[in-house]
Amino acid sequence: MVPLSYYLVLSAILFACGVAGFLIKRNIITIFMSIELMLNAVNLTFVAFAAELRALSGNVFVFFVMVVAAAEAAVGLAIIISVFRTRETLNVDRINLLKL
Amino acid sequence: MSLHLWIIPLLPLTGAAINGLLGKRFPKALVNTIALGSTALAFAYALWVAVQFVGLPADQIPHIERYATWMTAGTFSAEYGIYLDQLSLVMLLVVTGVGFLIHIYSVGYMEHEGGYYRYFAYLNIFMFFMLTLILANNYLLMFVGWEGVGLASYLLIGFWFLKDSAANAGKKAFITNRVGDFGFLIALFLLIKHFGTLQYDTVFRAISAYPVEASAGLLTAIGLLMMVGASGKSAQIPLYVWLPDAMEGPTPVSALIHAATMVTAGVYMVARSNPVFNRAPIALMAVAVIGTLTAIFAASIGILQTDIKKVLAYSTVSQLGYMFMGCGVAAYGAGIFHLMTHAFFKALLFLSAGAIIHGLGGEQDMRRMGGLRKYMPKTFWCMTVATFTIAGFPPLAAFFSKDEILWKTWASGNHLLWLIGVIAAAMTSFYMFRLWFMTFFGEYRGAPAEDSQHGHNGHDAHGHAGPHESPMVMIVPLMILAVLSFVGGWVGIPAALGGSDRFDRFLDPVFHSTVESAQGAETAALPAEGRADHEETSTELLFMGISVAAAALGFVGAWFLYYKRADLPAKMAESAGGLYRLVHDKYRVDELYGATIIQPIILASTNILWKGIDSAIIDGAVDGSAAGAQDVSDGLRHMQSGNIRSYAGWVAFGAAIVIAFMVWKGVR
Repeated sequence: MVPLSYYLVLSAILFACGVAGFLIKRNIITIFMSIELMLNAVNLTFVAFAAELRALSGNVFVFFVMVVAAAEAAVGLAIIISVFRTRETLNVDRINLLKL
Repeated sequence: MSLHLWIIPLLPLTGAAINGLLGKRFPKALVNTIALGSTALAFAYALWVAVQFVGLPADQIPHIERYATWMTAGTFSAEYGIYLDQLSLVMLLVVTGVGFLIHIYSVGYMEHEGGYYRYFAYLNIFMFFMLTLILANNYLLMFVGWEGVGLASYLLIGFWFLKDSAANAGKKAFITNRVGDFGFLIALFLLIKHFGTLQYDTVFRAISAYPVEASAGLLTAIGLLMMVGASGKSAQIPLYVWLPDAMEGPTPVSALIHAATMVTAGVYMVARSNPVFNRAPIALMAVAVIGTLTAIFAASIGILQTDIKKVLAYSTVSQLGYMFMGCGVAAYGAGIFHLMTHAFFKALLFLSAGAIIHGLGGEQDMRRMGGLRKYMPKTFWCMTVATFTIAGFPPLAAFFSKDEILWKTWASGNHLLWLIGVIAAAMTSFYMFRLWFMTFFGEYRGAPAEDSQHGHNGHDAHGHAGPHESPMVMIVPLMILAVLSFVGGWVGIPAALGGSDRFDRFLDPVFHSTVESAQGAETAALPAEGRADHEETSTELLFMGISVAAAALGFVGAWFLYYKRADLPAKMAESAGGLYRLVHDKYRVDELYGATIIQPIILASTNILWKGIDSAIIDGAVDGSAAGAQDVSDGLRHMQSGNIRSYAGWVAFGAAIVIAFMVWKGVR
């Protein structure tokens, strides 16, 4: 049986990749994918603990996260499309209307 | 048995509330009905109370009514309550009676003025506070009335507030009074500290257990501080300066507040506190000396004034000095007697002066009057009665009251004070007859008909055509007051003249109920009683003769200078030296106060309080913290770059710190 720490380390690596991608990448689609990566890193932690502790709630929570991620993906992609239509770019450095 | 005395002050308060809040839309007739009606009802009720009071058995006097507890703080508590004894009854009748007459007069005098409802609302609120002052059963409630009449006085002096001089005079009166109130307040604090209460009956009972203080002590301090308060309210040296300026107000106000009632509050307070003063000879002496000095000082200023109301104002200051002189030799009854007759004749003088000013379209300068006898005969006769009574000619009212004060001053052994008092009486006679001759005799020196737009009093010349008599609504109160000024003294005809001094005897219980238990050192000041033997009587008659002679001297002097040889005063003024100019400039007391007190305060306020503390420290702290916040924000503003990745970086950074902290905690 694979020990719990392996799952956690893998999960941490995946999460770090997600964070790094989020911070480094300029393309908004890539950033979006990085977010999904982070979410799934968290999911992995959930199921690992659920299996280890034999608690069902961890598995249930994963489904919630997946539902939220799906909904987010739907809304997020819609926003991205409308942003692209108005600004004709997917570079986040040029989408900076929030600047003071 | 309750007399429901609370009704009396509440009547004018109701009138003031209705007129003050709603009066703007009311027609004048309705304003009159409310203002005069409430005062008339108060007067009628006061008369009924007087009748009931006389029927009370002696052990129920003072009649005290307690309604509710006002405030409690620790062991101290004050209540709403009313204290009716002979003293407050006299004050009650004088205030409501004279007040009612002046309300009537005001209807005529203020007819052409703006702010009609406002005027009557102020007048009614004055009545309310004055009645609170005299009827209160503890010093704290008295102090409410005391401050309230100050407020009403301020509002009415500054009634024509668009005029700078009126607004300033109001401020001056208020601020000067604050100085006095400060002393009074400290006296009250001392009473609370040592007796734990301000109820008259409790305090006086506690004080009567004290011996007469041989040297300065607690009661001396209380008495002197009370006198500071009284000298502010009653315009005595050194705080008298506000009263002459208070003449900026409408003349009926000068009559009611600044002559007949409010300014006598100090005398009332001293008389009310007689148990304190009786046991503090030093304080009592201070009262007598201040009163006497004020009497002669103000009288001498009055001699050279040319504004008719200013003459009367200084006369009021001087007469108040007499009242304090009476109180100061422990002849409180004489002081209150003079207070009453003064209320009659000084109200009459002011109202007559008001009738003259009204009839001349606002002219107040006596140099532009003269010969008015034939234009306004009724006013002339009323003024004549008033002039002769204030000068002290028998058998008019002030003769009896002023003479009683002078006689008791002599009898108490203060011969120097008596001498000053007699000289002041001669001066009084002189300046009053000067006013009388300058106003009513000789030729009319004013401007002919249309040109009289002096508007000295804010009193617009309403289609004015030469001097004319005032309407009946003004003349009738004059006549009533003239009758009172004539016969008002007859209630106190001294034993030496075959009377029985009933007024003094009536007031006696107030002033001696607590004295008898003490050693009686001060009863030496009461010669009229007990030891009124034959020799005393003849001496008293001699002193009356001296008083009348002084009055006659003043009359002759005024007659010679201002009637017979009316050209002489101008020549004398030309050749006069420094003393004349000093008196003419009112001894430059205002200038002295300005240079020694007011200017330093203004300078200190400007340079230290305003520019130093307010601008530099307070504004500096407030502005500095605002500027600091702005600087910090300017730096932090750059975090808000609009760059999504920098935001995310900050989030990640924060998360990392949180995690590091948790890990560090977990490790420990």
